[in-house]
Amino acid sequence: MQAAAGFVHAGWDFVRAAVGFAHRTLVSPPNLNRTHGQTGGDAAMIPPRFDYHAPRTLPEALALLGSLGADAKLLAGGHSLLPMMKMRFAEPAHLIDLSRIDALRGIREEGHTLVIGAMTIENDLIASPLLQARAPLLPEAARQIADPQVRNRGTIGGDIAHGDPANDHPAIALALDASFVVQGPKGSRDLSADGFFVGMYQTAMADDEILTQIRVPAFPAKTGWAYEKLKRKTGDWATAAAAVVLRLDAAGAVSHVRIALTNAAPTALRVKVAETLLLGKPLAPAQVDAAARAAMAACNPAADLRGDVEYKTAMAGEMVRRALAKAAARAQG
Amino acid sequence: MSTPHDVRFTLNGKAVQARVEPRELLIHTLRERLDHTGPHIGCETSHCGACTVDLDGRSVKSCTLLTVQCDGAAVVTVEGLEQGGVLHAIQQAFHEEHGLQCGYCTPGMITRAWRLLQENPNPSEDEIRAGLAGNLCRCTGYQNIVKAVQSAAGKLAAAAA
Amino acid sequence: MGEMSEIQKREAALQGLGTSLLRKEDARFIRGQGQYIDDIKLPGMLFGGIVRSPYAHARIKGIDKSKALAVPGVVAVLTADDLKPVKLHWMPTVGGDVQAVLADEKVCFQLQEVAMVLATDRYAAADGVAAVEVDYEELPALVDPKKAMLPDAPIIREDIKDKTEVGHGPRTHPNHIFTWEAGDKAAADAAFAGAAVTVREEILNPRVHPCPLETCGCVASFNKATGNLTLYVTTQIPHLLRTVLAMLSGIAESKIRVVGGDIGGGFGNKVPVYPGYVVATVASIVTGVPVKWIESRIDNLSTTGFARDYHGIGELAADADGRIKGLRFTALADHGAFNSHVSASKLPAGLFSICSGSYAIPNAYCRVDAVFTNKAPGGVAYRCSLRVTEAVYLIERMMDVLAQKIGVDKAEIRRRNFVKAEQFPYTTAFGWTLDSGNYHPALEKVLKAADYEGLRKEQAARRADPKSPTLMGIGIATFTEIVGAGPTKVCDILGIGLFDSCEIRVHPTGGVIARLGTMTQGQGHYTTYAQIIATELGLPASDIVVEEGDTDKAPYGAGTWGSRSTPVSGAATAVAARKIKDKAKKIAAHLLEVAEADLEWEIDRFKLKGDPSQFKTMKEICLVSHTGNLPPGMEQGLNAVAYYDPPNLTYPFGVYLCVVDVDRYTGEVKVRRFYALDDCGTRINPMIIEGQIHGGLTEAYAVAMGQQLPFDEQGNHLGNSLMDYFLPTSAETPKWETDHTVTPSPHHPIGAKGVAESPHVGGIPCFSNAVIDAFAHLGVTHMDMPHSAYRVWQQCKALGLTAR
Repeated sequence: MQAAAGFVHAGWDFVRAAVGFAHRTLVSPPNLNRTHGQTGGDAAMIPPRFDYHAPRTLPEALALLGSLGADAKLLAGGHSLLPMMKMRFAEPAHLIDLSRIDALRGIREEGHTLVIGAMTIENDLIASPLLQARAPLLPEAARQIADPQVRNRGTIGGDIAHGDPANDHPAIALALDASFVVQGPKGSRDLSADGFFVGMYQTAMADDEILTQIRVPAFPAKTGWAYEKLKRKTGDWATAAAAVVLRLDAAGAVSHVRIALTNAAPTALRVKVAETLLLGKPLAPAQVDAAARAAMAACNPAADLRGDVEYKTAMAGEMVRRALAKAAARAQG
Repeated sequence: MSTPHDVRFTLNGKAVQARVEPRELLIHTLRERLDHTGPHIGCETSHCGACTVDLDGRSVKSCTLLTVQCDGAAVVTVEGLEQGGVLHAIQQAFHEEHGLQCGYCTPGMITRAWRLLQENPNPSEDEIRAGLAGNLCRCTGYQNIVKAVQSAAGKLAAAAA
Repeated sequence: MGEMSEIQKREAALQGLGTSLLRKEDARFIRGQGQYIDDIKLPGMLFGGIVRSPYAHARIKGIDKSKALAVPGVVAVLTADDLKPVKLHWMPTVGGDVQAVLADEKVCFQLQEVAMVLATDRYAAADGVAAVEVDYEELPALVDPKKAMLPDAPIIREDIKDKTEVGHGPRTHPNHIFTWEAGDKAAADAAFAGAAVTVREEILNPRVHPCPLETCGCVASFNKATGNLTLYVTTQIPHLLRTVLAMLSGIAESKIRVVGGDIGGGFGNKVPVYPGYVVATVASIVTGVPVKWIESRIDNLSTTGFARDYHGIGELAADADGRIKGLRFTALADHGAFNSHVSASKLPAGLFSICSGSYAIPNAYCRVDAVFTNKAPGGVAYRCSLRVTEAVYLIERMMDVLAQKIGVDKAEIRRRNFVKAEQFPYTTAFGWTLDSGNYHPALEKVLKAADYEGLRKEQAARRADPKSPTLMGIGIATFTEIVGAGPTKVCDILGIGLFDSCEIRVHPTGGVIARLGTMTQGQGHYTTYAQIIATELGLPASDIVVEEGDTDKAPYGAGTWGSRSTPVSGAATAVAARKIKDKAKKIAAHLLEVAEADLEWEIDRFKLKGDPSQFKTMKEICLVSHTGNLPPGMEQGLNAVAYYDPPNLTYPFGVYLCVVDVDRYTGEVKVRRFYALDDCGTRINPMIIEGQIHGGLTEAYAVAMGQQLPFDEQGNHLGNSLMDYFLPTSAETPKWETDHTVTPSPHHPIGAKGVAESPHVGGIPCFSNAVIDAFAHLGVTHMDMPHSAYRVWQQCKALGLTAR
């Protein structure tokens, strides 16, 4: 990311995430321990003051967002935003809680499309028989996010809308050819995941829009999938992760493939070059190897305590290999 | 700025209310206003799970919840598990299997285990370990906690049969 | 099993030594009714929040309190200037140095305490802390201990710049703290000069942190009317803390009460006297109301007693068969900005000279050079027994290094060098007399249980397969450690000997209350001490209440750390109980109108030899002792207090074996099996021992496989929250298999040794040895911890193993 001069590496994850929130609230990028030292000390788990709104309908929420503007942040699961506020890295004057809007929750099927409310929590993705049957990549990925308690609050919409390349759902959405319905004061738009993630903490959403639905094409028969996520421990962001969806034709050649990476670049990264290398050919070791190398060449990870650029790049490649192998086995099984 | 809210919820089955600033965390309301010091604070980054309570049937970290988000909710803490002077099977099992040492993680761990067994009454060891992965313990190494959950699962199943 | 005899029934009813008695302390914890420091609420209580430095090294040009004082709810803001009138802006440390309580003119480590905001509640305190403005002038930071003694190194401790010593001998540089040596350098050098084989490795024990789940904190309550100070505090050393507070504050020790209530884990983190305690105490004295201070997790990891940071060099000299003739271990110790860790005045590097381990090494020398850096103070902590973790890591790693050098099996090299059973008590080349041990059978037991031969065969087959995606490693650690500080002629803190105590009072109806100078933080003392007394006195453990931690009630002791409770207070307990038993025997003889010599003790009663129908139970004697029916001249009551000055420390040992599989493409290490055999002598409560082993192994796993506290070149913390600091969850933690042998300590009244730190001390080298063994066939002799996937992968890459 564009490091400010004199920007200290300390507490990289918090700083990185804090910049995301700073993006809207104009707080300058802080150093965890410098800001912590200056403002936090031991009372560092108390947020600054703000006003709280809990609209019951989407129009109400949009109206609030419109009138409060940059002084407001949307509260989804709160497990990214509230920790930042407790450390005083984000200081919105208003929180607009979306959790009372029932229309934003739920998982249903419309024809061959799965429609997931943006406020659906991770554990509900895991438990959904519909998703397990029709888009099992989602429950598989959700299982690898955070821990059981966090998954009872964290939402798919919050995970996507923040535009954090370390979050898992953006790469999943790219692999699923998902689209997002966003609602603004002028109406709703349907945005493809591909092209939605514009930069670090930057999506194609406008500041006055709310993500309402994630739309996922249901898997045709014989679709293979996998999400391979390397992490240091439970609850950690990915050191590297790869999402793969693929199908093989009757001759065993790859007829459809999507490869997307988490935390390997300033945004979730769909590696089209790797996909092109695989299309139309059987998934032989040489092809898998070429795809992995293409993924490594395409990625641009940031060094941190999880590893340097070389390691993270190598792991992106390794996760692609493993995801392809697993997806291929599932496509054939 | 920061208009206080009147929040009403049930705590271990009893109606409670509090007038709070929006920024007040549920863990602080529980511990300091409502004198339920079972749930503990072990970190400020939402990792350790010592603050775990049950909110509307789900295990949550009360340090990462605003009290204002809990209006109308049903909250259960470890203090609510003993009924009529009788310990819940999970509490008894923690004691019998030596699933605690310093006791600091224990309220959150028991509250989570209690909910886990309702979600999955007959969990495998791996499912128990994955199910408790949001609760850190520094003393026990988890092995006896797993045994406690397995023991409680057995007792609850026998009682239900 | 069959019916129990009457004697067995009586013994079982006591639930004494050797029983897996369920814990008495559980009742409140499983109900969420523990009383931890942050649960305390006193009328009028203020909350203190500390303002901390963002810089590792800086001058303070000015502190502006005005905005903070304007925050609603803020009552006061204290800085060093406010502590100067009572001379408390600096305090002596238990390491013989001084430490800034609130930074006076400069800060020396990131997040050092600069001011305390007092407010009516913690939310206002947080707002106040955010509003204090401090003007800093940043200074170059010294972060690398290897650069600390260079001529142009930044001087950190200007306050002691001209002092030629800081409590432990002459200093050669402003950043030098002490140099300590043990053993015989000339003899060791001669052994090396004449040796057939020598090995040398640079071995790091990285800086880590005990991270108990409860952070540190206190409630200080000064009563202006009576002049009494009560400090409720997370402390492992209540009495020593009281004495230090008396020395610091000028308040008479008889008017100070320290209360360690329920403590959420210590692991050595709660031994030091932290600035927060002192400032809260001053704040309470000044305001006349209670003041609570509770630190955050980041502050805990960043500023309280860290562990290790020993940059070591290990050398062994041996004959061609691998029999060690000489040992030279040196370490550069990074103590941070103040020398604050507990150390006996004669042993500033703790018990590091246990580094000759379980082996009969004739010539040995060790040296530790300690330096200041711009980091938080500490060093001794984390289930370490006072630098014993560092020492045992060195020797157990070097045994593997030696084995690899001469091509001898790693179990065999240990067999060849073990102190033999018949050599105990064995005095090492460093002067420690190992009280008892029986290493060979313990090793054989573990090797058999784990099918060591089969494992090595499997490993050979894997190594022969170039396509194997994993590398298999087998780690062995055969450690002896040293716990139970300790004999007062050797062990003291600020001059106070490390004896300990037990006071027992027996009630007329047969109940007992015992108070001790130790301080449980989860070790189960209320249960285990009761078991000792139950067996000694023949009274049921269920009717024996144990208390610790309130200095108004408990006899003086040095607290609980370094696994000293059973060795020292456990001994005091037995001694006190035996005083009572001696008196009870006299009463029994008086009641039965016989001579004492005609009586014998059986489980719970004194019987007349030759006529078992004539007996008096201890329970009966409890009542009689409160009547007039006593031998002439005897005082009423059955009470005793013992202060025990141990003749030696105790030396528990163990054999651990670990099997790992390393993923060569990611560097991830999976622990396939961990087998732990411990010998702590007499086993008081097997269930509690097993729990301690599980916990210690889990902490060892965390240290070996992922924990570190890294800094950048400006002294900024890089991984000081639970986002990065590796605390394994139930999902990551391996499963543990435990086993034991029993070799009692000959000098301990009940033959018991300490045990709780052994799994940490022995576990760390076992994991490390396993990981390195996975690469041994490729010429790797050492890899520094932590063995995170990233670091292990770098080793794989260097060996060409990651190429696909």
